[in-house]
Amino acid sequence: MTTITPPNLHQHEIILDVKDLRVAYGKVEALHKVSLAIRRGEIVTVIGPNGAGKTTLLSALMGLLPAEGEIVYMGHAQGREREVESLVRHGMTLVPEKRELFAEMSVEDNLLLGAFDRYRSGHRDQMETMDEVFELFPRLEERRAQLAGTLSGGERQMLAMGRALMAKPKLLMLDEPSLGLAPLIIKEIFRIIGELKKTGVAILLVEQNARAALQIADYGYVLETGEISLAGPSQELAADPRVIEAYLGLGHKH
Amino acid sequence: MDLQILLLLGQDGITNGAIYALLALALVLVFTVTRVIFIPQGEFVAYGALTLASLQAGKVPGTVWLLLALGTTVAVLDGVRLVREGRFAKLTPLLILNIGLPLLAAAGLFAMPPTQLPLWAQVVVSMLLVVPLGPMIYRVAYQPLAGASVLVLLIVSVAIHVALIGLGLLFFGAEGSRTPSFTDLSFELAGAPLQGQTILVVVASASLIIGLYFFFERTIYGKALRATAMNRTGARLMGIPPTLAGKLCLTLAAAIGAFSGILIAPITTIYYDSGFLIGLKGFVGAIIGGLASYPVAALGAVLVGLLESYSSFYASAFKEVIVFTLIIPVLLWRSLTSTHIEEEEE
Repeated sequence: MTTITPPNLHQHEIILDVKDLRVAYGKVEALHKVSLAIRRGEIVTVIGPNGAGKTTLLSALMGLLPAEGEIVYMGHAQGREREVESLVRHGMTLVPEKRELFAEMSVEDNLLLGAFDRYRSGHRDQMETMDEVFELFPRLEERRAQLAGTLSGGERQMLAMGRALMAKPKLLMLDEPSLGLAPLIIKEIFRIIGELKKTGVAILLVEQNARAALQIADYGYVLETGEISLAGPSQELAADPRVIEAYLGLGHKH
Repeated sequence: MDLQILLLLGQDGITNGAIYALLALALVLVFTVTRVIFIPQGEFVAYGALTLASLQAGKVPGTVWLLLALGTTVAVLDGVRLVREGRFAKLTPLLILNIGLPLLAAAGLFAMPPTQLPLWAQVVVSMLLVVPLGPMIYRVAYQPLAGASVLVLLIVSVAIHVALIGLGLLFFGAEGSRTPSFTDLSFELAGAPLQGQTILVVVASASLIIGLYFFFERTIYGKALRATAMNRTGARLMGIPPTLAGKLCLTLAAAIGAFSGILIAPITTIYYDSGFLIGLKGFVGAIIGGLASYPVAALGAVLVGLLESYSSFYASAFKEVIVFTLIIPVLLWRSLTSTHIEEEEE
C-alpha cells in the first residue's frame, strides 16, 4: 500500500464532526449516541457486523433520515431539517450500498448527472472532471456508451464511485464498496480508494470487510448494535485482540 | 363508403391523434417523474384555447386572476420559509416571479387589450398566462405531499381537476369558443380535401415531440428528469431536488396542454369542460404505453384518434364507448404479458 501523502494536505481541518447522533425507526433506536470525526485528507472507517446500523449512520449523515444530535459539517452546525440537496452542494456525497445508478442511461450520462449540481450552480468543467474519472477508472471509459444496467458488479461500483467523484466532493461516503464483489475487484477498488486520499478528499468508509478497510484507513470505529464499541487509529484497532477475534478471524493462528 | 370518406376520416383521426399523443406524452412524463396521475392535464387544453379566444374577443381572460392568486399563494408559502431561514436575498426574485409578473400581465391586459396584436403574439400571450399555472399548482398542491402514495396524489389530481373546471366556467362562461384558423390553405389528396390546419397540427405536434426528444436526450436538465423517473434516491444523491423535477415536469405538461388547446381551437369548439374528455383520450394512449413508454403511448394515442374518428362515422352514438372500451383489452393484454412486479408504493 503506497500512502505517500504530501504533508501539506494534512491540515487537520475537521470536515465532519458528529456528536451523540441518534436515529430511531419509530420506537426502535437504530443508532445510540454515535460520535465520530473526520479530517481533511483522512480515511475513516466504520466497521461492524450486519445490522449494526452502518447504513443507517450514512443515511442520517446525508439527510435521508431524520436524526437527533449534533452534526457539524465544514464548520457549520446542521439543523434538524438538513436537506440532501444542500449537503450535495456543499460537497458531501454518498455512494450508497445499492449503488442507485440510472440503469437505463449510459455510463457517460450517469457520470454527467453526478455533476448536475455543479452544472446548476454555473460550473462548466464536467468534461475535464470526467476525464479525471476515466483516468482513475479506465474500465468506465471503455464502457462509456453502455447502459449502466448492463455493467458487471465491479463496474457498477466503479461507476457509482465515479459518479460521486463528478461532484468534486469534500467528503466522500462509501457504503460497503466491496459488497458482492470478487476478491480481485475488491483489491482494485480499495487501491483506488487509497489513491483518492491523495487528492485531499475526506473519506468515510463503511465496511464489513474489516481487514481491507483497516488496511487503508487512518482511523477506525467499530459499530455494534447501534453503538460505537471501539475506536482508535486503524493500526491499533487491527492489533486489538477483540477486533481480531470478532472481525479479522486470526485469533487462533497466533 | 368510398376512399374519399375513408381518407377524410383518417385525416381527422390523425389530427386528433396527434393532439392525444402530445397529452399522452405529458401524462407519462408527469407520472414517471412525480408519480402523479395528472387528471387536470385536459384543463390546460381548455384553458389554453379559451384564454386565446377571450384575448381575441377583446376580453381580459380570467386566467390572469388565477395566475395572480396562485402566484401570491406560492410567494407566501415560500416567502415565509425564506424569512424563517433568513435567506432574504432570494425573497426579491421570488416576489417578482410570482406576484410582480402576474401583476404586470394583468396591468398590460387592461391597458392594451391585445386584439390588435398579430395571431402569433396572441398565442404567445396565452401561453405566458397559462403555462406558469403548472409549476404553481405543483408548489401549492403536490409539493407538500411529495412523499404521499400514488392514490393520495390521484385524489389531489381529481380535486384540482374539479376546481379548474369550476373556475373555467366562471372565467370563460358556459358558451364554447372557436378561434380563427391559423391558415386557410387547402390541398387535395386523392380526391379528398386536405386542410392546411390539419397539416399544421400534425407538423406542430411532431416538431414538439422531436423537441422533447432532444430535451430528454441532449440536455442535462432533461437527463435529470429521466434520472428522477428511473431512480428517485439516486437522483436526490446527485443533488437533483424532487421539487425542481416536479416543477419542471408540470411546466412542460402545462405548456404541452396549452399548446394543444391552441392548436385544436380552430378545428373544434372548446367549452370550459371539453378538456377533460380530450385529456382522458390522451390518458387511454398513455395506458396503452403502460404509463411508462413514450413511443408506445404516442402510437396508442394516434390509434385512439383513428378509432374515434372511424367509430364516429359508423356508430356515432357509441363513439366514446368504443374509444374507452379499448382500455379493457389493453389492460387484459398488459396484465397477461407483463412479468413486471408491482413496485412498492413509496
